[in-house]
Amino acid sequence: MTETLSPDTGASTAPASGRRPPLRFARFRDLALVPAIVILLVVGALLDPTFLTTGNLLGVLQQQSALSLLVLAEAMILITGKFDLSLESTIGFAPVLAIALVVPTSAHGLGTEWAAWLAVPLCLLTGALIGAFNGLLILKFQLSAFIVTLGMLITVRGLHEGVSGGNSLFQIPQSFMFLGFETWLGLPLSVWISLALFVVGMVVLSYFRQGRSLYAVGGNVDAAKAAGIRTNKVIWTVLIIGGVLAALAGMLETGRLGAIGANLGDGMIFDVFAAAVIGGISLNGGKGTLFGALCGVLVLGLILNILRLTAVDGHWFNAIKGVIILLALVLSRLTTGKAQE
Amino acid sequence: MMSAVNHPAASEGLAAVARNVTKRYGRTVALDDVGIEIKDGESHALVGRNGAGKSTLVSILTGLQAADSGEVSFFGKPAPALSDREGWRRNVACVYQRSTIMPALSVAENLFINRQGKRLISWSKMRRQAGELLEPFGVDVDVNTPASDLTVEQRQLVEIARALSVGARFIILDEPTAQLDGPAIERLFERLRALQDTGITFMFISHHLEEIYEVCQTVTVFRDARHILTAPVAELGRAELVDAMTGEPGGLTVPGAADRPDVSQDSEVALNVENLTGDSFSDVSLRIRRGEVIGFAGSASSGKHQLAETVYGLRKPSSGVIEVDGRKVKPGSVLDALKHGIGCVPRDRHHQGLVLGLSIAENAAMTVMNKLGPAGLVPPKQLAGVGSKAIESYDIVTSGADQPVSDLSGGNQQKVVMARALASDPKVLVLINPTAGVDVKSKESLLGVVDRVARTGTAVIVVSDELDDLRVCDRVLVMFHGEVAHEFGRDWTEQDLVAAIEGVSE
Repeated sequence: MTETLSPDTGASTAPASGRRPPLRFARFRDLALVPAIVILLVVGALLDPTFLTTGNLLGVLQQQSALSLLVLAEAMILITGKFDLSLESTIGFAPVLAIALVVPTSAHGLGTEWAAWLAVPLCLLTGALIGAFNGLLILKFQLSAFIVTLGMLITVRGLHEGVSGGNSLFQIPQSFMFLGFETWLGLPLSVWISLALFVVGMVVLSYFRQGRSLYAVGGNVDAAKAAGIRTNKVIWTVLIIGGVLAALAGMLETGRLGAIGANLGDGMIFDVFAAAVIGGISLNGGKGTLFGALCGVLVLGLILNILRLTAVDGHWFNAIKGVIILLALVLSRLTTGKAQE
Repeated sequence: MMSAVNHPAASEGLAAVARNVTKRYGRTVALDDVGIEIKDGESHALVGRNGAGKSTLVSILTGLQAADSGEVSFFGKPAPALSDREGWRRNVACVYQRSTIMPALSVAENLFINRQGKRLISWSKMRRQAGELLEPFGVDVDVNTPASDLTVEQRQLVEIARALSVGARFIILDEPTAQLDGPAIERLFERLRALQDTGITFMFISHHLEEIYEVCQTVTVFRDARHILTAPVAELGRAELVDAMTGEPGGLTVPGAADRPDVSQDSEVALNVENLTGDSFSDVSLRIRRGEVIGFAGSASSGKHQLAETVYGLRKPSSGVIEVDGRKVKPGSVLDALKHGIGCVPRDRHHQGLVLGLSIAENAAMTVMNKLGPAGLVPPKQLAGVGSKAIESYDIVTSGADQPVSDLSGGNQQKVVMARALASDPKVLVLINPTAGVDVKSKESLLGVVDRVARTGTAVIVVSDELDDLRVCDRVLVMFHGEVAHEFGRDWTEQDLVAAIEGVSE
């Protein structure tokens, strides 16, 4: 059969591989969750007349503001290709330590009774230090981020319990409550803060070298190194910012509730990851946008709100919530069309 | 078009046949009504440029993907269902460029993965059988060692041995020589010929046309998702083969150094390396003038890659000095190398060259992100500008600067890496295997870029295993065991150079 066939001279109809139609869906992928949010609003309105009231929706936003800051932090850390489970402990421990250092022992303080205005900077500093310590273990000791931050989750939670002695802290300085308590132009200040930080995050991650380097490091750390990016510095910075954001989230939550519970943040990390992944952040790094993550937070918040309004039996609440989150993941997997890693 | 016109009794004596196979990915046609017939016991080469459809055909012939239409058969029987992995494994095996060995498992377990038997695993029996299996291949390793310790050559032999032990009589080799040095390639070819004598059939994919003439009997050329020709290797000249691959007469025109004017002796020294010692090389000194292209040749163990990576700061030297334009570069710092005007195409584009998920523009601009706007601002316009300039200057085939690099063919990806290295207008350009795994046309255009930047006064280092890459060089230094052993001018001959690389010249 070895007959030489002459080269095919027919006009080429096959487009060279890599050519795509001019319409770019990539731009719309970010908006994939918008229809889901609309559907949830409609479903909520049909199920319960109080759902679409300003009061309820503002409540949703305010309740989600602390979670959204954790998601903002986790999204940036995931994009950089790392992991931080300890955020859910930082959100409780940072405010507890700060408050315990300034209140008298009668209010479960540590006895130091430092000036009250120190509470805010102390809280943020604690978050930064926890992030920096995570970075130290992950980068200098080259440990897996997953297991390091799991260990830190437990350790920091333990510190929270130890420092507070298992008590809720009530005598919170006014300066500390301010951010979570005030409203501005009819919206809780905490919602403005979350929104503003998300906008800053989106701008930095889209239009700044420092932000784009997160994607480079998470996408291919060796290529980023070879392009002159100081990858360790980037990862460390992101972990520290993550800790600070978690501490800030703790402040907002304290202001909203008027006290710090002994279990503040407990179990939140699951919601954080669920929101991030529903929002299209890849667990393998290098992929996803903060806008997507924000949509993920809203989807999750609306689902939870609808569940509460429909007065599901409290004992079944978690099971239903879990199932709905899994469904949301399946749906987001189908709408984005790509396998989740 | 190449269906068996003069063989009505079709599949007699044919190891593998694909007929009228079409495969689309979305709007992209990856294979357009192609066919291939591989005779029992032959070595059949499949060649074509990146994006010609070779990889798609391999995944269809190995049952990893189903064709949209068309048929595949082995030894006269239709191919098994896609879900019948066992059935496919008995018919065909493929040694990919990327390993299918599980690095953490022992060699023995890799050989018997998923067929350890129905009862409890007898480790001693498995080890004995593994030893017996590997014996004829001369793989001199303990079967208990983890597979990650194997050399590339041993790894390939283990994969071939595993395929044969499953019962496959047809083996696809996808660029098996890409990561091997000269002697290892020779040993592999000897092994292939011996296996062929025992009746094993091979399909061989390579960008090195010389290798096809050395080991194959028949060659099939694909271009732009179509079958172009199938012919006995002996009847097809090299020029005709290249013409068929590129679709244009004229063949490969690699720019030679002789076309450039001589680099004058009083031209400034751009890069000065003094007594540099580091990983796998020692006491290397060299001076490269502006506009000069220096080649580094040598075997895989010669230290040439390590030397180049040290110049760019990817590795830290233990002693010695690197200067650009007379100013010292901080050792082991890529950032400082970039600041002083050194650009680099790293050894492996997947490993260090590209962030696959990001766009062309973003990859190309990665080394100059801090120069696009104030305070690290990256204005989208400027970013897109870097991207479209790269696409234009290095003629990257793409739908636009915002296309992710993962969508591009290998040759075009490599052009993006080149764009990244040149984005900062470096005074010194370090290229490590710049044309590895790219097709002839892309090779031509990449080497054209080297010629172009040298004319504008950039000093270039080309480290390569491919002699074609070295033709563009004004001087070629041959490294042997970590030292510069020989130096050639522009007028080197292949024989002299190869002899020096192998360390057999006097």
